[in-house]
Amino acid sequence: MARITEQPRFKCALGAMQTVQSIDRVVPILHSSPGCSQKLGEGIGTSGYYSSHIFPNSNLGESDVVFGGEKKLQSTIRNALRVIDADLYVVLTGCAPEIVGDDVEEIVNKFREEGYPVVVAPTPGFKGNNYLGHEWILDSLIKQYLTKTDIKTKGLVNIWADVPIQDPFWAGNYRELENLISQLGLIPNTIFGVGRGIDNLKKIPQAEFNLLVSPWIGLGNVKLLEEKFGTPYLHYKHLPIGAVETSKFLLKIGEFAKLNKELVEKVVRDNEKEYYYYLERFANSIAENRISTKRFAIVGDAQYTLAITKFLTNDLGYIPLKQYITDDTPLKHREQIKKYFKDLNDGIEAEVIFETDGYVIQESIKNDDHYDYPVIIGSFWEKSLADSIKGLFISVAWPIRDRAVINGTFVGYTGGLSLLEDILTQQYDKQLS
Amino acid sequence: MDVNVKNSVLGTREKRLGTIITYNGTFNDLVDKTNDGSIKEAGRCFSQGSACPSLCAISGMSSIRDLLVINHGPTGCVSNAGTLADGTRLITNSLAVKTSSSSLIGTDMNENDTVFGACEALKEIVLTAYKRHKPSAIAIASSCVSGIIGEDLDSVIDDLREELPIPILPLHCEGFKSQVWASGFDIVDNAVFNELVKPPKEKRNVINVKNFSQFGRKVIDELFTKLDIKPLYIYRNVTIEELAHLSESLATVSMCETLGSYIGNALEEKYGVPYINSITPNGIVGFEAWLREIGKVVNKQSEIEEYIEEQRAIYIPKIEEVKKKLKGKKVIIGMGPGLGWDAVRLVQEFGMEIQWTALWHYDKQHDDGKAPQAVRYLSESNTKNFNMSISHIQGHELSNILNKYNPDIFITRHPGASTFAVKQGIPTYFMANEYIMFGYKHTLQFANSLVDRITNRSFVRNLSKNTKLPYKEWWFEQENDLFQGKKEI
Repeated sequence: MARITEQPRFKCALGAMQTVQSIDRVVPILHSSPGCSQKLGEGIGTSGYYSSHIFPNSNLGESDVVFGGEKKLQSTIRNALRVIDADLYVVLTGCAPEIVGDDVEEIVNKFREEGYPVVVAPTPGFKGNNYLGHEWILDSLIKQYLTKTDIKTKGLVNIWADVPIQDPFWAGNYRELENLISQLGLIPNTIFGVGRGIDNLKKIPQAEFNLLVSPWIGLGNVKLLEEKFGTPYLHYKHLPIGAVETSKFLLKIGEFAKLNKELVEKVVRDNEKEYYYYLERFANSIAENRISTKRFAIVGDAQYTLAITKFLTNDLGYIPLKQYITDDTPLKHREQIKKYFKDLNDGIEAEVIFETDGYVIQESIKNDDHYDYPVIIGSFWEKSLADSIKGLFISVAWPIRDRAVINGTFVGYTGGLSLLEDILTQQYDKQLS
Repeated sequence: MDVNVKNSVLGTREKRLGTIITYNGTFNDLVDKTNDGSIKEAGRCFSQGSACPSLCAISGMSSIRDLLVINHGPTGCVSNAGTLADGTRLITNSLAVKTSSSSLIGTDMNENDTVFGACEALKEIVLTAYKRHKPSAIAIASSCVSGIIGEDLDSVIDDLREELPIPILPLHCEGFKSQVWASGFDIVDNAVFNELVKPPKEKRNVINVKNFSQFGRKVIDELFTKLDIKPLYIYRNVTIEELAHLSESLATVSMCETLGSYIGNALEEKYGVPYINSITPNGIVGFEAWLREIGKVVNKQSEIEEYIEEQRAIYIPKIEEVKKKLKGKKVIIGMGPGLGWDAVRLVQEFGMEIQWTALWHYDKQHDDGKAPQAVRYLSESNTKNFNMSISHIQGHELSNILNKYNPDIFITRHPGASTFAVKQGIPTYFMANEYIMFGYKHTLQFANSLVDRITNRSFVRNLSKNTKLPYKEWWFEQENDLFQGKKEI
């Protein structure tokens, strides 16, 4: 049933057009009303090779919602194939044609039968948000584009983590995950970001295993890959941030992939050595600037809320206030996710609230017991709240309007230092103002 | 227009103003075909993402300071809530005005709702939102989904009017309803005019200033203070109480002809508030014509002449200096018609050569039944003919045109349109707000900005060398209007 959405923190399923946009040379074709692409194009770093005014779009009008828009879609696809330089065309459906009942699948299948690289993913806005839309699109690619192979490449690992652009740090995160996997001597395979694209997409069935780094998004995809190609998967529950969590991450992968233990431990040791060199140099800054052992609240999707809770608690020694998960996590995953927040150092447990209504979240944060100014990590919507309670504020979640993220990342050893840098910078800024 | 017929559902621009989104030819041909009545919408058999009336309706309405918009639709329809809140915050912070952090709330319609309807849930959401924020008015905006499944928003609004002590406004702005997103501006005007504007009790020393942002507010504030008049900027940051008095103002001006047509003419027709009858105050010619028209209406001609003389002395010599550097430079313009026609006029004032003008839509007439002022000015002043298209922000057409002509500069104004040119190594000026060409001072800044962009092309050159356009080579061998006027090619 309809419910109040104040301060939206996700888009609708069609918003996952940005997932398609983030695979090199793969273009979404929207079968939707004319305004969807611009509205859903909101975000950081969205111009790219294709962008919302480049995406072919059937721009449905009044007569199309009465008489159907199938003809319009046919000519949009046919001409997109002539005009747009792409390796793969992904037709996405919006609300209007789904309610009206256009037979989009049949149209797309015909193009595929004629040999054109076209797939379809139903993504009407009323069926779910862009986190789900992301999964549905990946499912469509797996089912309609990938083919089973007998070739398996030893050490090849498909990495699945963030929802591109919805997570403003997606580009840097995927690169850092690749970097970590490479350090273990494995071969990372991702489909998002610079130069990855169609070749990597085609390699997916050859992988030795799938690595899912996410609390719940993508779980359906790796299960489908297992079912379709027999590829096992490792479900790692969150992005690793900072030394403690990244070392656990590397050891876990080493164990799963049955890698030489000594080699993995050496990688961990070398990284930790460097990490703690910096931490040692800034130990005074942390201890003497009122940013040690702070309380914190995170408002974000399950991925970030969990990952940063782990980092701040297990690495920096902070104390969690209530934590807020805004991605409308499906009910079946919630109990499990709550458990992840109970697995923290020194017997600490964090209370998690699943809430999509920003008003409720902010009232709750205001009333939580932060006695001293806390660290608030969230989206643009939390900025004025943080100001009003004099908290240190760091934006990590969509919508972000106060910082640029090009290829920055909080993932890994260096990512942890970046997040620490941000916290320190906020503190210095506070002292100046 | 018939302002005495109160109707919550306003006809689209296509129906009211004969607006088209597809054309290819020249300025003179467009005007001739308008005059002989032969111009009509031709359509395209290939299109790219454009924009919808909901976008314009909701952004305009939600910018009213103490009004809350509830958009009855799936959550993607309110994806721009953050951007809108930020835009309002820029103004309210600069004025030190307190506002609620929420100006736009969605109802997150889901699959069940498409089957069973969600009017009851909508009502509950409105009541909750009212309790939370105590706005002075609430507008309920439709969406594609609520429109297609036939949600009876007018009945919901009737019920809510019984329960809440504030005006409840309908905003019938389904995205599929019009291909002309500017239809959304009129939907806001219609709702404000019908539901909020009260009949006049007394005349006030105020001029209504219709605009998007308020970036030119300093110049207008200073000028109006000299004339002893107060500006009332609509709609960003205006209050419901202030809107009630729009009918008592001395006049209405609009910074963009596309934006002001409906409310300006409605106030004139029903309440006799003159809608300033001049081209918009962009560039020197426009600014002076506009000032003199205001002078006439408020009977301050001599003060206006003094102001013009004083300002001319400061700015004209500097503008003349910069013009020397712009003379003969080749320009392509791609933007909406409101400021687009003004840009056409202004670059000609600068002595630049127009290679092509692509406007997103074309209104054959505005709500006074006459052709847009800017078009009349251009045809009456025997402007040199130029190539043009009505292009509905179609990237493939723009990229093709830019590729063919390779101008010295591309001037545009719509999020995302700059990449059509910068990736071809073409210096681009993005008109971020409607005051960029306003008055002497901004005209000078604008001219300098163009010169700077033409002078250092490093960024666009580097970018174009290292990126590729998203179109196949084949496309650049075709005419830009290949898909226009056809069902199939």
